[in-house]
Amino acid sequence: MASKVTSAVMRQGMRVLGVAIRAEKAVFTSAVLASAVYGGMTVGSAWALGWATEHVVLPAFSTGSATAGALWTGVLLIMGAALLKSIGVAGRRILAGLMQYRMQARSRREVTKQYLRLPLAWHHRHPTGQLLSNASSDAEAAWAPLAPLPMAVGVVVMLVTAAVAMVLTDPALAAVGFLIFPAIAVLNLVYQRRLSPLATRAQQLRAEVSEIAHESFDGALVVKTLGREELETDRFRRRAEELRDANIAVGRVRGLFDPMLEALPTLGVLAVLGVGAARLASGSIDPGELVQVAYLFTLLAFPIRALGWVLAELPRSVVGWERVRAVLEASGSMEYGRTAPPPTSDPARLEASGVSYSYGAGPDAAAVLHDVSFGVEPGRTVALVGPTGSGKSTLVQLLVRLVDPADGHVLLDDVDLRELPYGAVAESVALVPQQTFLFDDTVRGNITLGLPIGDEDVWAALRLAQADGFVARLEHGLDTRVGERGATLSGGQRQRLALARAVARRPRLLILDDATSSVDPQVEARILHGLRDAAAASSVVVVAYRMATIALADEVVYLDRGRVVDRGTHDELLARCAGYRNLVTAYEREEAERAALSAEEEAARGAAGQEAAERAAVAAAEEEGINA
Amino acid sequence: MSDVRGIGASAERSALATIRRGLSLTPEFRKGLAGTLALAVVATAGKVIVPIAVQQTIDTGLKDSSPDVGYVTRAVLLCAAAVVLTALAGYVMNVRLYKATESSLATLRVRGFRHVHDLSVLTQNTERRGALVSRVTNDVDQISTFMQWGGLMIIVALGQLLVASVLMFVYSWQLTLLVWACFLPLMIALPRFQRWLSGAYTSVRERTGDMLAAVSESVVGAAVIRAYAAERRTAERVDKAVDANKAAQTRAQTIVGFVFPLTEIVAALAISGIVLLGVRLGLSGDITAGRLVAFLFLVTLFVSPLQTATEVLNEAQNAVAGWRRILGVLDTPPDVADPGAEGVELPRGPISVAFEGVHFAYPGGPPVLREVTAVIPPRSRVAVVGETGSGKTTFAKLLTRLMDPVSGRVTVDGHDLRGVRFSSLRERIVMVPQDGFLFDGTLEDNVRYGRPSATREEIELAMTELGLADWVDGLPAGLATPVGQRGESLSAGERQLVALARAYLADPDLLLLDEATSAVDPATEVRLARALEGVTRGRTAISIAHRLSTAENADEVLVFDGGRLVQRGPHEQLVREDDGVYAALHASWVSAARS
Repeated sequence: MASKVTSAVMRQGMRVLGVAIRAEKAVFTSAVLASAVYGGMTVGSAWALGWATEHVVLPAFSTGSATAGALWTGVLLIMGAALLKSIGVAGRRILAGLMQYRMQARSRREVTKQYLRLPLAWHHRHPTGQLLSNASSDAEAAWAPLAPLPMAVGVVVMLVTAAVAMVLTDPALAAVGFLIFPAIAVLNLVYQRRLSPLATRAQQLRAEVSEIAHESFDGALVVKTLGREELETDRFRRRAEELRDANIAVGRVRGLFDPMLEALPTLGVLAVLGVGAARLASGSIDPGELVQVAYLFTLLAFPIRALGWVLAELPRSVVGWERVRAVLEASGSMEYGRTAPPPTSDPARLEASGVSYSYGAGPDAAAVLHDVSFGVEPGRTVALVGPTGSGKSTLVQLLVRLVDPADGHVLLDDVDLRELPYGAVAESVALVPQQTFLFDDTVRGNITLGLPIGDEDVWAALRLAQADGFVARLEHGLDTRVGERGATLSGGQRQRLALARAVARRPRLLILDDATSSVDPQVEARILHGLRDAAAASSVVVVAYRMATIALADEVVYLDRGRVVDRGTHDELLARCAGYRNLVTAYEREEAERAALSAEEEAARGAAGQEAAERAAVAAAEEEGINA
Repeated sequence: MSDVRGIGASAERSALATIRRGLSLTPEFRKGLAGTLALAVVATAGKVIVPIAVQQTIDTGLKDSSPDVGYVTRAVLLCAAAVVLTALAGYVMNVRLYKATESSLATLRVRGFRHVHDLSVLTQNTERRGALVSRVTNDVDQISTFMQWGGLMIIVALGQLLVASVLMFVYSWQLTLLVWACFLPLMIALPRFQRWLSGAYTSVRERTGDMLAAVSESVVGAAVIRAYAAERRTAERVDKAVDANKAAQTRAQTIVGFVFPLTEIVAALAISGIVLLGVRLGLSGDITAGRLVAFLFLVTLFVSPLQTATEVLNEAQNAVAGWRRILGVLDTPPDVADPGAEGVELPRGPISVAFEGVHFAYPGGPPVLREVTAVIPPRSRVAVVGETGSGKTTFAKLLTRLMDPVSGRVTVDGHDLRGVRFSSLRERIVMVPQDGFLFDGTLEDNVRYGRPSATREEIELAMTELGLADWVDGLPAGLATPVGQRGESLSAGERQLVALARAYLADPDLLLLDEATSAVDPATEVRLARALEGVTRGRTAISIAHRLSTAENADEVLVFDGGRLVQRGPHEQLVREDDGVYAALHASWVSAARS
């Protein structure tokens, strides 16, 4: 991470600033103009004060009289300079903010557009956390130097004006300034170079402390049930103490440089007074000029630091911009064809032929699907069955063209998915994925997703998904907001809404990827029966483990390790495919074995019981015998 | 006991009382505070050196037509020495301040963190995770920013105003009154400006939250958005949120932009007044020229405190809010408390459990468990069944003392759970929740979490005993495979396998499984069930079941319906009670598994 202000970082940083300046020419120009007014008027206010001292105050004391004209001119100069300076300050601040926020907003919009445009395969290659920080903190960091930038430009104007003013006033006093101000600038640069790696480290640790807290509180149930509170606290404490030490290191550098940066201009003023006294003695300047230069030093001391602020933000900016740019320049997008699908609402025909797919590329590529072929006839239901990791979910993504196969074709009504225009697949096919995703929107918004679907149809879809009951009980019914990712709902409720979203579109092909795993078996049975009745108008592909789901299918495709091992009806596969039989009858076999086992035990117990009874009878007989 | 309050914000306390209580929790900060403050006074005193030097130069050095260069030089050197001294004082003060604040806040942070874990699950759940995390991160950071900058600024600013006013008063009381008359209205208005600003900042924070949420949908929902061709709609939502955020930021910045330069204008008014009134005073011999010019410099000492005042006030407000939130955590009593040293230590060995007339209701909610009485003998294998919402999970939470009953009691080996030391309880009774939460680390790290002292061999043995060795071998790096954040690199079923291994390694005497293998594929689940049966022999095992065979194999089945324990007994017996809840449940299972 580039945290030091090197010349390479400076150059790159300037290029980043250039991007913003070109994008927001008008705002930048206005901000710089305002800042120049501010810079000029800072020098102007010192000059006004010097003028008032020389022409009003000192004559009044030496002559014992003051002219009203000079007095009011002085006041006018002082007030005028202050007013103009204030306008400059307000303009600079507001416009600089505007520029920064506009650029941040622009980057965020562009980055998100890319996220939406790039293919899903690109998303698979990038961790979620990284993509989120690209749009939030990286976009923020990239344009952070824009806030102090106009001020820095204004300071440059200020320094040039001040230099000219000082040289015109007195070269000797100007020489003091030429020593002091570059010294402040250099000191500030050293300060930022020392500070920025330490600040970056502290920032990093702050994120880590937060991450530990987040993870630990998320896993609170595990921590509690295993009684690991102390262990967790130790883990948190270690990082919190590292953060403490990092912050103290930052404090040392701040503590060292801040007082120095404050002392330096003060020493400058004192030098001006010392040198000025000698210059006064030689008659080179008058007292008003001395006051003017001394006052100027006081005014310049603070703004000159703005140069340092820009420099301090540059390394972070460069890194942030590079990350943002990497997203903006990511290539590859889904190409769409122009073959319009036939306008029909009949069930669709789906065919996968010779489909292969791998995650990653090159020699590291992990092939997950090999030469997969199967078909779904209109109105039929096909179940995809296979053990965990057999490639079912990947296959499903290919079927709705979330990703394109490396080899082979997926045909919808005999047209390759790649030849269909944008939106055509979504119009005909609805996928209910394994991981439910809800938008932070109302129940209605989550189901219609902006399509003109009437409330009646929404309710019908909810009914089919067995979700009408709980939605009706929500405080605002269809208008209830579900919260971020549907946080206010249970897992089963979220799944049922996702299902309703799919059926509300009356898809010609419905694809369910283990879409009812969080739903009670009893509720699932009702959903499946409802679907079977309603699905007459669509073809269905369903990924499932549960027998009840599989039983709905006309045909089963059994996948293992990315290959179609067998396909046929459930009964056929049961008869001839060992892997399939093993998977779907696991529970039944277990029960059968247990039944056999317990029968044996019972038999054994029975036998033992008989023995005992016999023994008891014998004993009783013996006793009787004895008694007899 | 059921009266679970959320985590408070201690809002009932005044700002000053909050700070006082906050500081009382951080002794590191109070230690040496007096010395740090003394150094701050010295550092602040340095600010009046320039005005004094100017006054001396003009009044003494330039009195006569030919300036007294020797006197001015001596004065300047003396002042320079004073400047160096104050800078040194500033350095030492800063270092002391950073050390004291950072150490004390690290302590506060860790205490808060620990306390969150001591709160009951119920109390923890009254707050979103992010907000809970904030209480030990951002909130503490805000206190730290304030103590290191804003709080210091308040002291420096007050000192600066005081020192400047005293010096002014010495020079001329009339001009001092004039300066104060100019600045006082601004000072009175500042808190109002701060309120505007703080409102604007609050709205920026809220809009930023909305914006991040909207952006995250485009990433997290990538698959659904594509499958439903909802790109344009999502982009519109994002654009709206981004623009609203930008508008809020611009609004806040505009307020700052207008308030900030007000001080300049007031200062110019004061300077103009000084010139007008000063000259008049000078004419009547009430003030010297040097003192008058010194006033012009002294006025600048009023500018920076007032320019930063709105920001400082804002920080102070944030810091007080931060303190309230962290104190809110520390002041929330753990409602399910560890009896600690006074508690009972359970001896190792098989565990028996008894529920005696147990009632439970969530605060303000209807009862979820009613009059539950049951005895679970040691070494028994119990299945708990019922529909969603029947009270099974509540039963499990009460048994592991994640919550306490509203009335009635739960006993283990005859001891009321409330009197059992947590360290003993958590060692002997372990629950595996349905959601297999994993920590970011390797598979091995996660299993070892069950028993931190376990060796690699013991972990391997545990995996073998559970029949998971083949699965581990099939992973890219075996036990060293990283599981990702929250275990996201593994499938839901695989996460459950790890969670189960973790609990098994902890070697409890009572193992409670809350649908712990619900996401595992059937073949694996059957293998696992068998392995578990072997390894839990001799222990008490309770399973909340979602599957027929678990119930069939149990010694006893507890059937819950509507919060009541409605049936209990072995499977063979219950299944024959035709109108019972269990028979209906069983029928639906059978049809789901074999239809």
